[in-house]
Amino acid sequence: MNRRDFLKSSGALVVSFSSMASVADVLAQAPQPGRFDGPGTPELDAWVAIAADGNVTAYTGKVELGHGLYTSQTQLVAEELCVPLARVKLIQGDTAVAPDQGTTSGSQSHPVNFNESGLAGACATARQALLQMASQRLGVPASLLHVDDGIISGAGRGSLTYAELVGGKKFNLTVDPNAKRKPASEWKILGTSVPRLDIPALATGQFEFVHNVRVPGMLHGRVVRPPEVGATLVRVDESSVSRLPGFVRVVVKKNFVGIVAEKPWQATQMASALKAEWAKGGGLQPQATFYDSLRGQTQSRDVMTVNSKDVDAQIAKASKIVKATYRYPYQMHGAIGTSCAVADVRGGKATIWSATQSVYPTRNTAAMLLGMRPDDVHVIFTMGAGCYGLNGADTVSYDAALMSQAVGRPVRVQLSRKDEMAWENYGTSYVIDQRIAVEGSGADATIIAWDYEGWTPGLGGRPGYTNPGNVITGFLAGAEPAPFAARAATDPNNYANNLNIAPSYVTGTVNGRSGGTGTVRSERVLTHNLRSPFWTGPLRSPERLQNTFAHESIMDEVAAAIAADPVAFRLKHLRDPRLIAVVKAAADAAKWDARPSPQRTIRKSGVVRGRGFSCVLYEGNNGYSAMVADVEVDQDAGKVIVRRFVVAQDCGPISNPDGLKNQLEGGVLQGMSRALTEEVTWDAAKITSIDWRTYPPLYVGAELPVIESVLVNRPDQRATGAGETAITLVAGAIGNAIFDATGARIREAPFTTGRIKAALAART
Amino acid sequence: MNLSITVNGHAHTVDVDPTTPLLYVLSDELALRGPKFGCGLGQCGCCTVIARGPRAIRSCITPVQTMNGEDITTLEGLGTIEKPHPIQKAFIDEQAMQCGFCLSGVMLTAKIALDRNPRATDAQLRQALSTVLCRCGAHTRMMKAIKRYQQEVRA
Repeated sequence: MNRRDFLKSSGALVVSFSSMASVADVLAQAPQPGRFDGPGTPELDAWVAIAADGNVTAYTGKVELGHGLYTSQTQLVAEELCVPLARVKLIQGDTAVAPDQGTTSGSQSHPVNFNESGLAGACATARQALLQMASQRLGVPASLLHVDDGIISGAGRGSLTYAELVGGKKFNLTVDPNAKRKPASEWKILGTSVPRLDIPALATGQFEFVHNVRVPGMLHGRVVRPPEVGATLVRVDESSVSRLPGFVRVVVKKNFVGIVAEKPWQATQMASALKAEWAKGGGLQPQATFYDSLRGQTQSRDVMTVNSKDVDAQIAKASKIVKATYRYPYQMHGAIGTSCAVADVRGGKATIWSATQSVYPTRNTAAMLLGMRPDDVHVIFTMGAGCYGLNGADTVSYDAALMSQAVGRPVRVQLSRKDEMAWENYGTSYVIDQRIAVEGSGADATIIAWDYEGWTPGLGGRPGYTNPGNVITGFLAGAEPAPFAARAATDPNNYANNLNIAPSYVTGTVNGRSGGTGTVRSERVLTHNLRSPFWTGPLRSPERLQNTFAHESIMDEVAAAIAADPVAFRLKHLRDPRLIAVVKAAADAAKWDARPSPQRTIRKSGVVRGRGFSCVLYEGNNGYSAMVADVEVDQDAGKVIVRRFVVAQDCGPISNPDGLKNQLEGGVLQGMSRALTEEVTWDAAKITSIDWRTYPPLYVGAELPVIESVLVNRPDQRATGAGETAITLVAGAIGNAIFDATGARIREAPFTTGRIKAALAART
Repeated sequence: MNLSITVNGHAHTVDVDPTTPLLYVLSDELALRGPKFGCGLGQCGCCTVIARGPRAIRSCITPVQTMNGEDITTLEGLGTIEKPHPIQKAFIDEQAMQCGFCLSGVMLTAKIALDRNPRATDAQLRQALSTVLCRCGAHTRMMKAIKRYQQEVRA
């Protein structure tokens, strides 16, 4: 951190923060996570405690984000420990007491905590330990004991309660990775549609969101972000606000500017009134030519997912080649409540109430910004507005912490709508070229080669344990985003399809081993990762959604080119039995009419109807889903209305059927909103999609489709992700349905009236 | 400036800048949790309260000085966990939410629309909810819950 940076501003009180804690300090306390999962802990007592009254307290690092995880994890604990739900208290995401499970993201909570590891493993160990204790005290083999409602009994030798066995005491055991889970066939609580435990408080306005946290002596902060992308602070005129009632302080750190006042309305007014001079940013590529400009970038980190090295040769001899380019825009999380945090940084200690998905990484990175040790920072997860990825929760936690440190009192910060939307880490944009070679004709037609080349920009991302500069506040305050290093593609060593870059229809063969789910042996999948002018980060089904839109659209185009039924043509190129099963389940439930697209006769005006299909094996191994969309297209108005979605889902053993349905429905409608209207926009200098007028969402009063969910329960399989599969399919299914109805193909999302009209006009 | 408002049956006198939006008074002076700051622009409905008529009012763009002497009901003023209002019960029974941040807008707007016209058509309900936002996509469940409440109002 360059201390001269602090001196740039004049007139304002410049807070001299101690320099950032060294990366080495932080690394010393940072676990090395695989993906976004923290290491958890082997100590059983860190996961489960039996109180003196026999009630169970469980601790988890995977937190409620509005998706029902608090309830399903409580079901899991109750099931494994054989107690009623009411006797379980679940503590989630608190660095003082809960295990470090990294980030609640990436559809990882279900696989991590509902199989043999994490919370499930700890609970199974605790039950096993309780049975062993009871076995010794009762003199009965554990296999003959029976557990019900926290009472262990058996063989007529009496019974013991959990309270009598270990109430108020520690287990002093490590988690046994071989402890046996209760088989799904014996579940009584897990696997049932337990109503969400938090809904009564939510429905009656009693629930405490992070926005409702009130700390004695608390002040209110607002941020003043740069007026343009890349603008840097020259000076701040504190006198422009210092005489306003309630003024406490202007806080400046490099390009970070915050205002602290006694009351929130005062802070809001001061943020508008503050006179600050900014040096211009470097300007932005015009949006109209942005996609094309990506292809021309020379600084690129290239990744080859698969390369059979015979794609060009196969394409040269193919009887038919289908080519198309797909474009997907930057989109926002657009949290409905702007991000909010409360921080109390005093006396060398910090407490942060945060809606972050990642309490431990936020602890470590906030510590870096504050110049403190991670152990002196306490992050308490408190739920925010629905979270679909890296929204402003982390950045506003830094905002509140920096302002609280400067004033030495607790500070609550809530972002303005514009500050939320102009500076969040967007879901990234993509340009994807698909080139598919087909051999044979009619019913014999088969894809023989698949060539994918994609361009996608990125900047920043999740801060993780060491990169506060990956989100806007950390960057403004002087931390850099994770470095970008250009690199040529090398041949892959093993098949990894975490981002669904490779389609479901290729074999995914690397080093002679096939990791994919399809039949196409000639395959080349190359991605160019580029520098983004805007911050980017995971947004529900990050990159999986964009890639799947391109895969499921081109698959439809190929099927149409050879006049094949889109479902039958997919099935012909799939070989994963569970993916095939959901494809058939969705088609059956929708009463799919097997025929080629588009419709045989198409009127070129008025309202026409069609249906589209799409499917995915999420992340290549983490959830199976297939979808049918039925649409109406008003060709004169250039408007599409989705009348029905049928979505089939296999996520292993279902933990809560109604909860899963709610997730599928939510994914479908959020996916529809993203497919039809959502697009980040900008001008020559700044983001211009800054509220719900300029970034139109799907309102509750919109014309809504019927949503039919088909839940494929697999009690004998491992739990997989469930929250991000359905959304991944929506743009492809709607685009394919529009084609079926009209014969017009839309290759750029969102499917706005302008784009629909242009595609209709381009029909031959 | 001293202003008097009655909120959920309790009279309050608050000493605030009269231009302060009603929402800030409710959440920060009175520590209510029902109405929420979503956009501050009247575009999403999270801050909705019932007053004046009664109507569904967006408190984030309503200066408190225009509410002097008014009787205001917030989401927590409708019912309690133990005894929820029928529309709250309908949302609980239908599990009609995910994060629940938007509920003041959805429930109170629908309640006013149906209390004024129990025979509101689907098109009229959609019109009433045309600028009420839910980002989680619980829309279809919410419409089911609203229809369930409508049955009750009409009965």
